[in-house]
Amino acid sequence: MSRISNEEVARIAHLARLELSATEIAELAGEMEAILGAVARVQEAAKSDVVPTSHPLALVNVTRPDVVRPSLTPESALSGAPASEEDRFRVPQILGEEA
Amino acid sequence: MSELIYKSAAQLSESLAKKEVSAREVTQAHLDQITKVDKAVHAFLFVDTEGALAQADQVDAARAKGETLGPLAGVPLALKDILAQEGIPTTCGSKILEGWRPPYSATVVKKLRAAGVVILGKTNMDEFAMGSSTENSAFGTTQNPWDLTRIPGGSGGGSAAALAAFEAPLAIGSDTGGSIRQPAAVTGTVGVKPTYGGVSRYGVIAYSSSLDQVGPCARTVLDTALLHEVIAGHDDYDATSINAPTPPVVAAAKRADVKGMKIGVIKELSGDGYESGVSERFEESLEILRSQGATIEMVSCPNFDYGLAAYYLIAPSEASSNLARFDAMRYGLRVGDDGSRSAEEVMSMTRAAGFGREVKRRIVLGTYALSAGYYDAYYGSAQKVRTLITQDFAKAFSSVDVLVSPTTPTVAFLIGAKSNDPVAMYLSDVATIPVNLAGVAAMSLPAGLSEGLPVGFQIIAPAMKDDRLYQVGAALERELAAKWGGVLTTKAPKLNSSAGA
Repeated sequence: MSRISNEEVARIAHLARLELSATEIAELAGEMEAILGAVARVQEAAKSDVVPTSHPLALVNVTRPDVVRPSLTPESALSGAPASEEDRFRVPQILGEEA
Repeated sequence: MSELIYKSAAQLSESLAKKEVSAREVTQAHLDQITKVDKAVHAFLFVDTEGALAQADQVDAARAKGETLGPLAGVPLALKDILAQEGIPTTCGSKILEGWRPPYSATVVKKLRAAGVVILGKTNMDEFAMGSSTENSAFGTTQNPWDLTRIPGGSGGGSAAALAAFEAPLAIGSDTGGSIRQPAAVTGTVGVKPTYGGVSRYGVIAYSSSLDQVGPCARTVLDTALLHEVIAGHDDYDATSINAPTPPVVAAAKRADVKGMKIGVIKELSGDGYESGVSERFEESLEILRSQGATIEMVSCPNFDYGLAAYYLIAPSEASSNLARFDAMRYGLRVGDDGSRSAEEVMSMTRAAGFGREVKRRIVLGTYALSAGYYDAYYGSAQKVRTLITQDFAKAFSSVDVLVSPTTPTVAFLIGAKSNDPVAMYLSDVATIPVNLAGVAAMSLPAGLSEGLPVGFQIIAPAMKDDRLYQVGAALERELAAKWGGVLTTKAPKLNSSAGA
């Protein structure tokens, strides 16, 4: 197993939108190496002629009748919101402009 | 009326139906036991005293009016905190959901309420069901009632401990890699992971969607079957729900007959790594089943050796995607929203503050396994192993009716013993994981004690043959309970309010 660098862990954490401290990154790099070392053996068994399985049930296109049913009220839907305004979720700025 | 807490759900059901006792009395007795012992056990994250008594009163009123009630009406239950219950705090063991009260209920919760089951409260668990000990809960570890210095298993350690401490006769768990069966094994209780798709996942906080399955937990096989029947069945709100009748689990538990059945012992789930006490109890159970008329044969499932490795790629991969919903925007924790930061920065800061170590570890691992350049080598290979394990099961079930193994390689370990070694902790689930990868059904039930601590016996049945688990489990339990003078939890230490204080 090749060494997982701190930079690689930082890049992955950014993809996952997870802020990590330098200490956490260093610890995770070591742990990732141990875990990946233990799980990489799946490659021994995974021959090219084996079809991958993503799910135990082979269900496709499951639909239910298109019937109008009661849904959450705006008040109820917003009941757990960290911030709301005018019956909407209020979120921080999504573009890079100055606040 | 404290003896009420030592009764099975089936016994309580009978007394309730005959009006020898009221649902309020039964509920109050269990609430009193929670008050008495839960400081030491810490099985519950939230106890809904008023709500439980109100539900009990509704059942009593309905019974007084002569309404037809289900067998579990008025029987109390402990609910794993992974299930959304309207208006009741639902944390999934995580700081990121602390204080959240869902605006809706899981289908399983609705079914429980419709059956008159009294929900006492929410039980502790490893954060987002990631763990084998409850040590990953953001709200403290649950203690094993058999020995308060040991783990109660995980992730559903709270539900299992609540049963073993007589705080509830019934509990709900969820099992992604063993989170129902491993806690059942180490607490001397019974737990079933139904066939994938047998119980609705609607309103169950997702960890690894292709593996997660909700299931029943209790102290006896029959009680587990009674609860299974209440929660199972097709649900329009879950696209992975099987649209077929629930297997006749209660009838199978009552039949309890293994004569003429073929039982396969999985060769790969024994030997090295399994404690001698675990192997001895397992062999004794096999001997009982043989004496009851079953045929026992060895079966090889060679690809099970890769199960743990495949699981620790598939589950974190799916988790990294599922947990993306905790983005600080619509519900749950939000930190750093001071007007100067972007949504993306707030998201990253919130997830840093809200997720614990193991959750972060699995998100990073899963994101890595799914990322460009590594996908084929890791996630892709793991999916192929999943096919091979499913084929191993199919081959085995072509010659035997059920498969068996010890549920766990060891008895309950000491709290703290593995918390700094993720790979050692992951090995707790080596015997339970293949079941989830293939989507088949499995049960753990007590096989006895090793050095005073419970040992679990695992039974595995093909998909939608869940009834076979109960048929075999109840036969084994009958013989063992006769030997012990009651089911194993009868021997559990009687905790008192001073324990662990």
